[in-house]
Amino acid sequence: MEKARPLWANPLQFVFACISYAVGLGNVWRFPYLCQMYGGGSFLVPYIIMLIVEGMPLLYLELAVGQRMRQGSIGAFRTISPYLSGVGVASVVVSFFLAMYYNVINAWAFWYLFHSFQDPLPWSVCPLNGNRTGYDEECEKASSTQYFWYRKTLNISPSIQENGSVQWEPALCLLLAWLVVYLCILRGTESTGKMEQLANPKAWINAATQIFFSLGLGFGSLIAFASYNEPSSNCQKHAIIVSLINSSTSIFASIVTFSIYGFKATFNYENCLRKVSLLLTNTFDLEDGFLTASNLEQVKGYLASAYPSKYSEVFPHIKNCSLESELDTAVQGTGLAFIVYTEAIKNMEVSQLWSVLYFFMLLMLGIGSMLGNTAAILTPLTDSKIISSHLPKEAISGLVCLISCAIGMVFTTEAGNYWFDIFNDYAATLSLLLIVLVETIAVCYVYGLRRFESDLKAMTGRALSWYWKVMWAGVSPLLIVGLFVFYLSDYILTGTLKYQAWEASQGQLVTKDYPAYALAAIGLLVASSTMCIPLVALGIFVLRRLKTGDAAPVA
Amino acid sequence: MYAWDTNEEYLFKAMVAFSMRKVPNREATEISHVLLCNVTQRVSFWFVVTDPSKNHTLPAVEVQSAIRMNRNRINNAFSLNDQTLEFLKIPSTLAPPTDPSVPIWIIIFGVIFCIVIVAITLLILSGIRQRRRKNKEPPEVDDTEDKCENMITVENGIPCDPLDMKGGHINEAFMTEDERLTPL
Repeated sequence: MEKARPLWANPLQFVFACISYAVGLGNVWRFPYLCQMYGGGSFLVPYIIMLIVEGMPLLYLELAVGQRMRQGSIGAFRTISPYLSGVGVASVVVSFFLAMYYNVINAWAFWYLFHSFQDPLPWSVCPLNGNRTGYDEECEKASSTQYFWYRKTLNISPSIQENGSVQWEPALCLLLAWLVVYLCILRGTESTGKMEQLANPKAWINAATQIFFSLGLGFGSLIAFASYNEPSSNCQKHAIIVSLINSSTSIFASIVTFSIYGFKATFNYENCLRKVSLLLTNTFDLEDGFLTASNLEQVKGYLASAYPSKYSEVFPHIKNCSLESELDTAVQGTGLAFIVYTEAIKNMEVSQLWSVLYFFMLLMLGIGSMLGNTAAILTPLTDSKIISSHLPKEAISGLVCLISCAIGMVFTTEAGNYWFDIFNDYAATLSLLLIVLVETIAVCYVYGLRRFESDLKAMTGRALSWYWKVMWAGVSPLLIVGLFVFYLSDYILTGTLKYQAWEASQGQLVTKDYPAYALAAIGLLVASSTMCIPLVALGIFVLRRLKTGDAAPVA
Repeated sequence: MYAWDTNEEYLFKAMVAFSMRKVPNREATEISHVLLCNVTQRVSFWFVVTDPSKNHTLPAVEVQSAIRMNRNRINNAFSLNDQTLEFLKIPSTLAPPTDPSVPIWIIIFGVIFCIVIVAITLLILSGIRQRRRKNKEPPEVDDTEDKCENMITVENGIPCDPLDMKGGHINEAFMTEDERLTPL
């Protein structure tokens, strides 16, 4: 008989843990970007359809597997079939990659949070140049918020080849972020309880992808969380609640983000108008206050005809101010969180308060997701008898945090942000699709859908609705295969991969090609997690063959 | 807000003369030595400072450096700032942002860091203490749990395990019978 497994104190704790894990930074910075790129409100249609058809069924499947098998991802799939324990291993590998780079975001949030207690906010003013007659050149060309992000926070190098050294300030913040994560997971389950043009096919693909990754499927975290549940808890209800809350948070976050976009666009537009007015007023000695937003075009036309030579001199410096072009600059990811939002915040009243609140929120989201992530890594490790007999739980957690922190120092070097982008774009995307596909097929066809159905009925006392059965056995796997094929062909067709590098002399991003070793690293990232599945299956097969070969035939 | 009229021009001349008087050698500058010309509607003009004794205008560099020294006073006289009162060819000296000796963020970082380290140490120590306490009292604490978890066979209401382990001690299975049968 096994030792009693720690349980959640009550079902609410489990739900909160799942919500805290699923609601992460992606809700804040990926979903609003997708909405903007694919037609605003109409993006909600493919999003909600994908939520019902793909998100909820797969979430329910992962929770049910965890609750039924009562083990982490490796043990759960080993129970279904020993050849499939590779799926669990792949989940742990992907979770490990995620743990390495995701906490860097928390480190940056800490950095900005600590810098929010100053007046004026450090990203609202440019530093002065050498002889104090003007502002720093890089800061003038870009903006003060971009300068603070690229120069003061990242100290970014011009390309991925120039590695630079580890920057001690972000390194300290990373260390602190890992200490906070360690503090939260130290006590195990007790402490973790807290919790994207309709006809455009790309809109549908992005909706499916967003639902998939936003819910955090395939990392093993949901299986880990559910394995600590009472067998009789109603995981169907929990699956629906968690996915609905995750989606409504995304929608709420996009409303807020759009108002921030609007504020920033209006502010920049009015600033631009003011600069053009000043330039024209100075050049043509017009009366102060003569030029307004409404008569600017007329006056420009009049000046062009009345003083053509002077106008042509000053013409290259006149920017065309347009509110639409300001609104069209859609940004996602770290650019949105650390540049656009900080730019909006610096123009608000009492900006220190808003800044502290905002970065505190980012930290809560980030650390919540990190806890789910580390649970995915630690649960299989603490389940395994070999490791847990030698080391106590605290030492295993400490070791995992230490290794991740040490490797994570790579992201604090001068080229660190480029490596961060590599991990962010490639570490989890293809592998997760494959992992969840194999999970679904394993449960439905290897373990048997009927057997799983009767298990669930015996466990929870509720019959399985036909809807879930149809989704698990047919629709969701087909959708995942479709997504997988699309992304694979997209990567192959695009040819060489490119990235955005910050050019200090121009004060803006330029596109560059990845060098060969970076491409090799990307290939290794994807391969190391996906290859686990066939390799472990092969390994188990070989081991079994050896065992049956050695054993003497029994009469 | 005020309108720009000849009185304001007089004040301007006075401020320029004041700036020049602060330069060593030029203490004798009067308001009448400052001349304004080409005044436009947008309020921009040229000005020169003359030296009547030698009957020429002072070099621009001298005037510029004098105004630079007293820029603040001139701005304040007109309730304007460096952006709204612009002297062409006189770049303004920008005030550097205050740099405290210890950056503020390190202080806050240090505080949070210490709190987290203390919390981790406390949790680890309490975990070790709990485990040590559990190891020191196996018979009393584990007995009831053992009965449920270790599938011990039970006969006559008495667990068989203690019978095996206690070896040469009193055989509890026969204790009650013993007492009845041996009155001596």
